[in-house]
Amino acid sequence: MVDGSPALDGSGALGGSPALDVAAAPATVNAGTGPLYGEPPIIEVRDLTIAYDGQPALRDISLDIFRHEIFGIIGPANSGKTSFLRALNRMDGFNPGMDVRGSIRLNGKDVNDWRNVYALRSRIGVVFPLPVGLPLTVYDNVAFSPRLRGIRKKVDLDEVVERCLTRAALWDEVKDRLDSLGSLLSGGQQQRLTIARALSQEPELLLLDEFSIAVDPVTTMRIEDVLRELRSELTIVLVTNLVQQARRLADRTAFFLMGEMLDIGVTEDLFEGKVTDERTTGYIEGRYG
Amino acid sequence: MTPPDHTATAPTPTAMDPRRAMDRRDLAWYVDRAAQALVFVGGISAIIFILGIFVFVTKEGFDFVFGSLDVGEFFTSIAWRPTSNNPTYGALALMVGTASVTGFAMLFSVPLSLGAALYIAEFATGKTREALKILVEMLAAIPSVVWGFVGMSIMNPLIIETFDVPLGLGVLNAGLILGLMAAPIMTTIAEDALKAVPDTYREAAEALGATRWEVIRKVVIPASRNGLLAAVLLGVGRGFGETMAVLMASGHAINIPTSPFDSVRALTATIASELGDTVTGGNHWGALFTLGILLFVVTFVINLTADIVVRGIRKK
Ligand SMILES: Nc1ncnc2c1ncn2[C@@H]1O[C@H](COP(=O)(O)OP(=O)(O)OP(=O)(O)O)[C@@H](O)[C@H]1O
Ligand SMILES: [Mg+2]
Repeated sequence: MVDGSPALDGSGALGGSPALDVAAAPATVNAGTGPLYGEPPIIEVRDLTIAYDGQPALRDISLDIFRHEIFGIIGPANSGKTSFLRALNRMDGFNPGMDVRGSIRLNGKDVNDWRNVYALRSRIGVVFPLPVGLPLTVYDNVAFSPRLRGIRKKVDLDEVVERCLTRAALWDEVKDRLDSLGSLLSGGQQQRLTIARALSQEPELLLLDEFSIAVDPVTTMRIEDVLRELRSELTIVLVTNLVQQARRLADRTAFFLMGEMLDIGVTEDLFEGKVTDERTTGYIEGRYG
Repeated sequence: MTPPDHTATAPTPTAMDPRRAMDRRDLAWYVDRAAQALVFVGGISAIIFILGIFVFVTKEGFDFVFGSLDVGEFFTSIAWRPTSNNPTYGALALMVGTASVTGFAMLFSVPLSLGAALYIAEFATGKTREALKILVEMLAAIPSVVWGFVGMSIMNPLIIETFDVPLGLGVLNAGLILGLMAAPIMTTIAEDALKAVPDTYREAAEALGATRWEVIRKVVIPASRNGLLAAVLLGVGRGFGETMAVLMASGHAINIPTSPFDSVRALTATIASELGDTVTGGNHWGALFTLGILLFVVTFVINLTADIVVRGIRKK
């Protein structure tokens, strides 16, 4: 069915859809904290194809993500969104059945050319759909990554922990129980803990995978505010199953369906119906997926 | 218009299982009760058996302990001469024998087993992993007399030749054999403990940029600490209680060892080799049962300590 998509017709021989990605970068160069569309992208994905044990999960994705951009990815279950994120920070190494083809460049350098995959990962923060508190205290969860980087002094760690927890809108709730296990926090608190932990890496790229699944609406809004602020410091890839969340946050959004990228563009344009594929509008309006 | 009849839309009793609807005790209820009772009996009988053995061992040793036993001599003398005209029952050398052999065994077996468990659980994949697991389990199935035989006929000449000593039966030999015997159970239990740590932890830690080794050291091992400790203690218990292999590989000579090549005698081996030749109810018989009580108490203390340690860790 996807093969019949007019947007992809004719570009199949090239193995990608250049019309979709490069053209999608808006010509406007935002000043200040906005996305830097005029500069080279932080992430360049070309002809990315992902398969699990021979079963394709993502086909021929090509796109650019720019610095200080919140890049949204929407799409129904099973469309390959999580797989895309996993490829970005090379979590495929964790799963022998996962096969990644094509190229992903971070700051112009192919992620497969990194000789130290751990260094690559430490520059990319990840927040999983369900909070994964390491079996450590609240403090140690946040101090985990700084310690890996060699920060040992208590004052320095204290400072990082407080700053990251504050940014994740969690400090006030946990400042008196930093020594209790992270897993004893409520689900929503744990999710903010994992966000704090990702921030403690001081990443240049933050990947969020349906972070609000286990979080109440009020907290979700608080985290969204935090993300908007963070945009001035880093680049965010936001996978979300809440279409309105993409609309609220994302500068540009891509629509994935069954392993294909059917649309990519300025979020507002997509929501106003300027789409390459009818199914994008169908999904956005809830008729589909 | 008639007022709306709310009961009309409610499911009628006949619509569901009639027995449930009538609040009757059905088969499932009785099966549940029976299963609970059965499991309870199983649990209780384990306790009863242990208590029973304890009572039996203590009862047999009781008369001797409170009658003819010289407690000072028992704990401080190395003179275990139960068959002499003027019998003395100094068990110090036997205790030291057991302790030195078990200690030596653990010294190399704990790192070996934990290393093997780490490799199997964290690094080996696919066929290698399965093959290793099966091999380790096969090792556990080797009878202790076979291990004793290995100690006497393989290790003994090997030690004599390698270290140029007159006799290869002693702490080193018995310790190595015991260590190898305890390794499979420690490896298996430790591997289970490591595998019980959810993969999401590993994934989350790797996403933070931790290397494989950092993940193991900072996340996996702390998370499986209790299980690993249990594995080690089971290994200690295995070594402590082992009889036949120690009897064959230790040289079975009453002696306070000053080097790893010295022969020693273990508590268990003493009981096994002498009990058949004693007069039931006599002093020698009673003395052997006292050794049994000692073994029992030490095992109990080890397990209790383990329990307290584990609890302490859990609280923290
Ligand atoms: N570890 C894995 N092993 C095998 N197949 C996988 C694995 N992870 C994902 N897949 C397959 O890849 C396809 C895409 O999955 P993916 O998790 O990327 O979808 P998703 O868009 O994130 O869905 P959702 O919105 O439900 O999270 C699915 O068909 C899935 O079965
Ligand atoms: Mg997903």
